[in-house]
Amino acid sequence: MTKADTVIVVKDLVKKFGSFVANDHLNFEVKRGEIFGFLGANGAGKTTAIKILCGLQSPTSGDIKVAGFNVYTQTNKIKQHIGYMSQKFSLYEDLTVSENFRFYGGIYGLSNKLIRERTKTLLQRLDLEHAANKVLRDIPLGWKQKLAFSVAVMHNPEVVFLDEPTGGVDPITRRQFWELIYEEANRGTTIFVTTHYMDEAEYCQRVSIMVDGRIEALDSPKKLKETYQAASMNEVFIRLARAQKNTE
Amino acid sequence: MKGFIFKEFMHIFRDLRTMVILFGMPIAQVLLFGFAITNEINNADIAILDQAKDVASTEITNKLLSSGYFRLHEVIDDPNQIEASFEKGTIKEVVVFEPHFAEKLQNGEKTTIQLITDASDPNTANLINNYTAGIIRDYAMKSNPNAGRTLVNVETTMLYNPELKGVFMFVPGTITVLLMLVSAMMTSISIAREKELGTMEVLLVSPLKPSQIIIGKVLPYVVLSFINALLILVLAYTVFAMPIQGSLLLLLLQTILFIVMALSLGIFISTVSNTQQTAMLLSMFVLMLPTILLSGFIFPIENMPLPLQIFSNIMPSKWFIIIVKNIMLKGLGMGYVWKETLILIGMTALFILLSVKKFNIRLNK
Repeated sequence: MTKADTVIVVKDLVKKFGSFVANDHLNFEVKRGEIFGFLGANGAGKTTAIKILCGLQSPTSGDIKVAGFNVYTQTNKIKQHIGYMSQKFSLYEDLTVSENFRFYGGIYGLSNKLIRERTKTLLQRLDLEHAANKVLRDIPLGWKQKLAFSVAVMHNPEVVFLDEPTGGVDPITRRQFWELIYEEANRGTTIFVTTHYMDEAEYCQRVSIMVDGRIEALDSPKKLKETYQAASMNEVFIRLARAQKNTE
Repeated sequence: MKGFIFKEFMHIFRDLRTMVILFGMPIAQVLLFGFAITNEINNADIAILDQAKDVASTEITNKLLSSGYFRLHEVIDDPNQIEASFEKGTIKEVVVFEPHFAEKLQNGEKTTIQLITDASDPNTANLINNYTAGIIRDYAMKSNPNAGRTLVNVETTMLYNPELKGVFMFVPGTITVLLMLVSAMMTSISIAREKELGTMEVLLVSPLKPSQIIIGKVLPYVVLSFINALLILVLAYTVFAMPIQGSLLLLLLQTILFIVMALSLGIFISTVSNTQQTAMLLSMFVLMLPTILLSGFIFPIENMPLPLQIFSNIMPSKWFIIIVKNIMLKGLGMGYVWKETLILIGMTALFILLSVKKFNIRLNK
């Protein structure tokens, strides 16, 4: 396991589907323990980029490393060192909480003993130990979301990809969820998150905004607001997206 | 991998509906087809119009009634009463003996027994007609070998199933339909469910290889389908005394081949459908109905119009039914079913190839 300070390195990432360019020379780096917001309107090319970073697709060209591994040749190594959670939460509704932990732990090759230990600590952290033997469909949405996140970090990945993790969740639960993300980042896990909620973008340490396959802006939310003379990230986003529309 | 298979079993065992479909269906179907939806006839009500009232006609009547297939509902004296009797709806057939029946028979003249059958239910009518004709011909042959040929000209041959037991025909069909249902439908639904819930994404992002995911999903169904097939065979053997003339080993190997075929078909369906509902509907209309209707399970393929006969060739179940019948009823060996076996293997390979192709396309989108 590399302990370099940079977990994700993307140089000149290009992904084409025929003549359509989904990712047009993306360049960025993500540091260890950083919370990196990956924003963009629907269809801007976020999903394609995430799939490439997760080793599900190979890029057309570019030099990309995730957790120190090459996305062309070492996708299996990458998969071992990343976690993933999507809007759909990805837990099995008909299994109990601890069965879900056991299953996902097993997929990542953790030993039974390790799985038991991790399950215990993770549930303690969430204060949900009493729910260990409850079937997932009987527990509230907010809990499921937190559990899904815990499952995604169960194998201590170097970076966790969160694909719109807070879709369809109320503001209070969203806030609690971000507290969880902060805790995890403080433990040294890199967080790579996409979202459509601009208030969440404010929580990120650095934010990139994609428009039509290109990264139009990349900086801390504070600096971005200064640059675009905007009061909120919402304004920054709209300004960038609208600028694009006017040039079309 | 072990955890994966365990998880899959948990999905199945936790879901009552799945369990009922898995294990209730085979038992219910076999018993239903065996006892209720049978094309045997039992105590069919008939009427006799005996205008001869002589030795021969009485003997034939007695023979018909003692066969157990028929029950005398009424004796008619006047041909004009025939229609009225049918209209009451109870009787299925009227047997009409012409006057001077025995006399003509004795003199070697041509005699006629008219069988009038209620054809509003054509299948039953056909059966009853055949049964009656069979019994009459049997009598005619025994009493007068020379005249017998002119007496009855209905030719019915019932090879391999001399007692005309319907269940013998239904068991191979039932096995086929159930394996299709359990293997193809259940796997396609369960894979589609992972896609729908988003768990498929997580599995793909995990270090598991796609082939491991597929095998993990499919293996439990192979085991359960096989148990199902055994269950049906045991039921057929014990409850209906259905013989297994051929090699049991060959039969079981063929069953596994068919299961794998159905599973690869199921995987293929799941690669083209994104929700459980699509998978379910696809399985129902693309698999179940043609399997039941076009495989020769209920309706003989020879009776279909030519386009449908040609179409029935692409139904995997048609070939499997042929294999099962050949092995179970005729006791034939591999030498007689290799062609069908090759067809099934070819179909399996085709479906796996299509799924892999489809899967890769999806990943590269």
